[in-house]
Amino acid sequence: MPAPTHRVFSLGRIAAIAANTLTELTRLRVFYALLIFALILIGSSIFMARLTFQQELQVLKDISLGAMSIFTSLLAIVGTARLLPQDIEERTVYTILAKPVARFEYLAGKLCGVLMLLAISVGLMTVLFSIVLFFREQSVLAETTLQMAGLPADQLSEAIRSVRASAFSANLLPGIGAIYLKGCLLASLTLFISTFATSNIFTVVVAMVVYFIGHLQATAREFWLLEQGGGPFSRTFLAVVALLFPDLQLFDLADEAVLGTVIPFALFLKTVALGCFYVVLYLLLAVVVFAGREL
Amino acid sequence: MKRAVVVLLALVFVGAAKLPTEHALCTARAQYHIRLVPLGLGLREQVGQLGFIAALSGFRSLVADVLFIQAHVAWERTEWSRVLLLFRQVTTLQPRGVLFWEMAAWHMAWNASAAALDDVKQPRLALRIKTQREYFDLGRDFLERGIRNNPERPQLYEALARLYRDKYRDHGRAAEFFEKAAAQPGAPSYAKRFAAYELSYCEGREHEAHERLQQLYSEGENERLPTLISRLKFLEDKLNVPREQRIPDTAR
Repeated sequence: MPAPTHRVFSLGRIAAIAANTLTELTRLRVFYALLIFALILIGSSIFMARLTFQQELQVLKDISLGAMSIFTSLLAIVGTARLLPQDIEERTVYTILAKPVARFEYLAGKLCGVLMLLAISVGLMTVLFSIVLFFREQSVLAETTLQMAGLPADQLSEAIRSVRASAFSANLLPGIGAIYLKGCLLASLTLFISTFATSNIFTVVVAMVVYFIGHLQATAREFWLLEQGGGPFSRTFLAVVALLFPDLQLFDLADEAVLGTVIPFALFLKTVALGCFYVVLYLLLAVVVFAGREL
Repeated sequence: MKRAVVVLLALVFVGAAKLPTEHALCTARAQYHIRLVPLGLGLREQVGQLGFIAALSGFRSLVADVLFIQAHVAWERTEWSRVLLLFRQVTTLQPRGVLFWEMAAWHMAWNASAAALDDVKQPRLALRIKTQREYFDLGRDFLERGIRNNPERPQLYEALARLYRDKYRDHGRAAEFFEKAAAQPGAPSYAKRFAAYELSYCEGREHEAHERLQQLYSEGENERLPTLISRLKFLEDKLNVPREQRIPDTAR
C-alpha cells in the first residue's frame, strides 16, 4: 500500500485550525460584547425618542455604526493578540506544528478563525441594528401618516419618502462592509505584531498605536502639507508614515452611508481590494517572522 | 536580524507600491464628495482633548452626535449661546450632515430669534429687533455654509428659501432658492410650485410668475392646488388677463 502523500498546502488543515480558533474564541465569551452593543442600541433608542424622527434615526444609525466599528476593531485586536501567546503558553502550538502542518497554514488558520468570528459578530450586530431601526421606522411612519393626514398627497408622500430614506437602506451595507474590512485588516496586522511581540499587552498596545496612526496620518498630511506648507523634515516624516502604515480613513465609509451618500459599487470594490491587499500583506509578513522564530 | 531587515524592506517597498493605489482611492472618494474633513487645531480647544482624539480616530460622527445631543439639551434650556457654539462644532465635525446644518439654522433663525424678540431683560424694542436680525443672519450663515459643503442636496436650498420667505420676507430670494432646490436630484415635487408662489409676490415679476403658474396648472390635476389657483387668479386680475385666457372660474 503506497504511503499517503503530504501536500505542502492544504485548505482542509487551514479550515480545521480556523474552526478550532473560532471555538476557542467563542469560549472566551467574546460575544458578551454584542450584549453591550444591544444595550447601547436599545438604550440610545429610548433616549432618542426626545428628538425628531430624522434626528433620531440619523443619530441611531451613527451610534450603532460607531459602536459596531469600536467593537469590531477591539474584537479584532484583542481577540487576535492572545492567539499565539496562548498557544505557546499552553504548548498547543508544539502539538500542532509537530504534525505535518506548515507554519503558514497554522497562521492562516488562526487568522481565518478570527475573520470568521468578526463576520459572525458584524452579521449579528447588523441584524440587531436592522431590527431596532425597523421598529423605529414603523412607529415613525405611523405617527407621520397620522399627523399629516390633512395635507396634500404629494407632501404626505414626500414625508413618508423622507422617513424611509432616513431608516435602513441597502446604502448602509457598503459602510458595514468597510467596518468588517477594517476589522480584518486589524486582525491581520495584530497577528503580524504578535509573531515578534514579547507579551500580549505589547501586541495590543502596538496595534492600538498603529490604529491611531492609521487614522491620523491623512489628517496630519492635510494639515502639514496643505495648511503649513510642509518643510523637508515633515515631508520626510509623513512619507515614512505613509509607507509603513495603512491609511485607515479610507475604510471609513459608514459615516457617508449614514448621511445618505450613495457609495458607488466601484469605489467599494476598490476599498475591498485594498483591504484584502493589507490582510494578505500582513499575513505574509507574519509568516516570514514566524518561520524564523525559535519555538 | 536578517528577517527583521527583510520585513522592514518589504514594508517599505510594498508601501511605496501601494501609495499610488491609496492616492487613486482618495481621488475617487473626493469625486463622490467622500472626502477628508479638515479638522483645525481650534476645534481641539472647543471639543476637548478626548473629543478631538475620538474625532481623529474615526469616530467623528459619534462625537458630532454627542455634541448634537448636548445642543438639543441646551436648546431645551434656552441657552442660545451654547446652542450656537455646539452647532458650530457639530457642523465642523460633520459638514456633510445636512440635518445638522438645517437644525442649526432652524434653532438660530426661528427659536433663538423669537426668544430674542420676547426677551424681557431687554426693555428697548430696537435692540431686541437688532438681536433678532442677528439670529436670522446666523441661521442664513449656517445654511449658506451648508450649501457650500453639500451643493447637491435640495434640503438646504429649500431651508434657505423658507428663511428668506418667512423671516426676511424677501420673496425674490425665496423664489430663487426654491428654484435651486427644485433643480437638485431628489428634490421634492412641491419645490417648483413654491418657487412660482414666491415669484407671484414679487413686484415687477408678475408676468413671469403668471407664466410659471399657468404652466404648472396645465400639468394636470395634481398641481391644481388651492394656493396655486388662488395665486393664479390674483395675477390674472392684476395683469388684466383676457377672459378667454384665464383658468375656468370653477377651479376657484
